[in-house]
Amino acid sequence: MDYNLLWFVLVGVLFAGYAMLDGFDLGVGALILRVKDDDERRVLYNAIGPVWDGNEVWLVTGGGALFAAFPPVYATVFSGFYLPFMLLLFALIFRAVAIEFRSKEPWRWWRRGWDFGFFAGSTTASLLIGVTMGNIVWGIPLDAKGEFAGTLLGLLHPYALLMGVTTVALFMMHGAIYLHMKTEGTLQARVRQWINPLIIAFIVCYALTTLATLLYVPRMTEILRHQPALFAVVILLVLAIANLPREIHRGRDGAAFVSSCATMLLLMALFGLGMFPHMVYSVPDPAHSLTAYNAASTRKTLGIMTIIAAIGVPIVLTYTVTVYYIFRGKVQIGKDSY
Amino acid sequence: MNVETLSRLQFAFTVSFHYLYPPLSIGLGMVLVMLEGMWLRTRNPLYHNMARFWTKVFGLIFGLGVATGIVLEFEFGTNWATYSRFVGDIFGSALAAEGIFAFFLESGFLAILLFGWDKVGPKLHFFATCMVALGAHFSAVWIIVANSWQQTPAGSHLEIGGQPVPLGHAFEAADLWRSRMVIDDFWGVVFNPSSMDRLGHTLVAAWSAGAFLVISVGAFYLLRRRHVAFAAASLKFGLVLALASSLLSLATGHSSAVGVARNQPSKLAAMEGLWETAPAAPLHPFGWVDTARARTSGPKIPAGLSLLVSGRADRVLTGLNDIPAALRPPVQATFQCFHLMVALGFGLIGLSLWGAWLWWRGRLADPQAPATRWFLRLAVPAVLLPQVANQVGWFTAEIGRQPWIVWGYLRTSQGLSAVVKAEQVVASLVGFGLIYLLLFILFLFLLNRKIQHGPEPLEESHDLPDNWLRQSRA
Repeated sequence: MDYNLLWFVLVGVLFAGYAMLDGFDLGVGALILRVKDDDERRVLYNAIGPVWDGNEVWLVTGGGALFAAFPPVYATVFSGFYLPFMLLLFALIFRAVAIEFRSKEPWRWWRRGWDFGFFAGSTTASLLIGVTMGNIVWGIPLDAKGEFAGTLLGLLHPYALLMGVTTVALFMMHGAIYLHMKTEGTLQARVRQWINPLIIAFIVCYALTTLATLLYVPRMTEILRHQPALFAVVILLVLAIANLPREIHRGRDGAAFVSSCATMLLLMALFGLGMFPHMVYSVPDPAHSLTAYNAASTRKTLGIMTIIAAIGVPIVLTYTVTVYYIFRGKVQIGKDSY
Repeated sequence: MNVETLSRLQFAFTVSFHYLYPPLSIGLGMVLVMLEGMWLRTRNPLYHNMARFWTKVFGLIFGLGVATGIVLEFEFGTNWATYSRFVGDIFGSALAAEGIFAFFLESGFLAILLFGWDKVGPKLHFFATCMVALGAHFSAVWIIVANSWQQTPAGSHLEIGGQPVPLGHAFEAADLWRSRMVIDDFWGVVFNPSSMDRLGHTLVAAWSAGAFLVISVGAFYLLRRRHVAFAAASLKFGLVLALASSLLSLATGHSSAVGVARNQPSKLAAMEGLWETAPAAPLHPFGWVDTARARTSGPKIPAGLSLLVSGRADRVLTGLNDIPAALRPPVQATFQCFHLMVALGFGLIGLSLWGAWLWWRGRLADPQAPATRWFLRLAVPAVLLPQVANQVGWFTAEIGRQPWIVWGYLRTSQGLSAVVKAEQVVASLVGFGLIYLLLFILFLFLLNRKIQHGPEPLEESHDLPDNWLRQSRA
C-alpha cells in the first residue's frame, strides 16, 4: 500500500469516526425539542455530556490530517465553501455552548433558549455536513490551478440538498438509537417510538440518494463494476440497516447501536471507494481534479505522519474506549451533571 | 477595507478571543493537579472541596476554549488557502499531531475530571486530572512549534513546481500557486531556533493566568470574609504558582528576546524602537515612536539593549534605518505591545513577591492588617494583568513578524485565499463579532454567578463520593 492510498484511507477513517461519534450527538440535538419535560431534556443532554467534546475532536483531527496530508484539497475546499463553512462554525459554536450553559441556570426562558440553540445548531451542522458531502460526490468546478471556480448558489443544487436531508435523517436515527441505549422507563418508551419512523425516513432518503447517484453520478459506482467483490460492502450495508429494526424489536440496544455505527462506517467506505483516487472531482473538466496523488504532501511528510498515527491512534483508541466504558449504562443525573 | 485587512482582522479577533481561555485552562489545570495531589497526600477535605469548585470553573473555561478553537483550524483553509497550500507539508503535520496527541487526551480525560467523581476512585481521578493538564500543555507544544516555524523556518526548503530552490531565491507571483515549503528534517522543524524558548515563555505565562484567577477569587472572598478557609488556601496555592510562573516568565522572556535578536533583527529593532545601527544600543523602559522622523523618544538606558541580548555593551545591533521600509513591521504597535507586556510582567513579579512576603510574615489571610488589605484589593483585579500580558505578548510576536507570514519566504499579503471576496469576510466577521460578544457576556455572567455562589459548604460526609469515602477511611 502506498502512502497516498494509506492517507486517503486514514483521513476517511477520521471523518468516518467523526460521523459515527458526533453523528449521534448531533442527532440528539436535532431531537431535543421532541421532549418537553425539563428533567427529560437533561437526561438527553447528559446522555452525550461526557463524550460530545471528544467526539468533535475527530473533526478537528480529521481536518488537521487533511491539511497535513493533502494541503491543496484542504485549501480548495475550505476557501471554496467559505460561507457554508462559516455557517457550520457558527452552528458548532452554538451547540457547544448551549450544552455547556443550558443547565447552569434554572430559568425557563434561559433553558428553552439554549434548547433551541442546541437544536438549531445541531440540525444546521448536520445539514451542512451532508450538503458538503453531496457537493464532493457531485463534483465542483475547479480551474487549472485547482482553485474553486464555482459560486455559492452553485453549491445548493438538488443532489447536494438531498444528501443534506439524508444526513440529517441518518444522524437523527443514529441519535435515537443511542438514546434508547442510554435512557430508561417512560422516556425510553418514547424514544423507542421515534426509532422506526426515523429508520424509514432514512431508508427513503437513502434510496432516493442512491437512485440519483446511479443516474447522475455513475462514476461513483464504477469501481463496483470493475471489482465485483467490493459489492460485499453494499450487501453488508443493507444487512446493517435491515438489522436495526430487528435489534430494537428484540430489545438489544447495544447491538442496535453497533449496527447503526456499522451503517455509518459502511456508508463512508462506499463513499471512499466511489471517490478514489479523487478527493475533489472537477466538473465539467475532470482534468483539473485533485487526487490523492496530485494533491498530496511529500512522501517524507506522509511517512512522518504515518509514524505519528502509528503511535497516537492506538493510545487514542484506548482511552476513547475507556471513557465510553466508564460512562456506560443508563444516564444518572447527579450534582455534576449538565 | 480590502480582503487582506479583513482577513487579518478576523484572524486577529478570533485568535485573540480564543486565547482568553487556553491559558486559563493550562494554568488552572496546574492548580487542579496541585489540589488533588495535596488531597491525596493529606486527605484534608478542604483540598477536595477546592478541587470540586475549581473543576467547575475549569469546565466552563474549557468549554469556551473548545467552541472557539475549532474556528482557527478552519480559518487557515477558508481565509488563508494560499498559505495553507504553501505550508501544508510542514504546518499541517503539527496541527494533526496536536489533534492526536493533545486534543484527544484533553477531551477524553476531561469527561472523567468533570463527570467521573463518583465513577472512578480518587487515584484514577487524579490521574485523569494530570492527563487533562498534560493535554492542555501538549496543545500548546504543537501549535507553538507550528507558529515558531513560521517565525524561524528550519528543517525545510522551498520548492517551485516540484524543483528545490536555493534559500533567498525570490519567486515570481505567478509561481506562487505551484510553490511550497517541503520538509527535510522533522526534528529540525520541531526544534527550530525559536520553538523551545517561545514554548517555555508561553507555558509559564499561561500558568500566571490560572494562578492569578485563583488568587483573585481568593482575595475577593477574604475581603468579604466569605469562605475564609477556602479563600486563604486558594491564595496560597495561587501564590506558589504565581511566584514560579512570574519569575520563570522573566527568564524565558529573556532567552526569547536573545533569540529574536539573533533570528529576527527587524522584529527586535521594532520591539525596542531602535533606528540607528550602532554599538551600545540603548534600552527604552517606555517611550513613543515617531515613525515619520525615524526616532524614538523616552528615557534611555545606555547600551542596555546590547547588554541584555548579547551580554556585551559594545555589541552592534541592526537598526530600522538599515532595514528596507517594505520589510519593517509596524514599529509603534510592536514597540508598545512589547513594552506593555514587559511592564505587566514586572508588575506580576512584584505582586507575587508581595504576596509571598505577607505569607512569610503570616499575615496573608488576615484582612485586618492594612498591608494585607491593600494587597488583596490589588489582587482582585490582577486577574486581568496576565490576560492582557498574554494578548500583547502575542501581538508583539505576530505584528513583529510582519510583513512575513513565513519569515523570509512568504508575505502575509500573498497567503490569502484567491477565491474569497471582501464581502464574504465582512459577513463572517460581523457574525463572529456578534456571537463572540454574546459568548463573552455570558461567560462573564456565568463565571460571576459561580464565584458569587462559592464553593459548597465544607462537610466531608456530603462532599466525598461514596466510593472515595470508603477508600479514605481505609
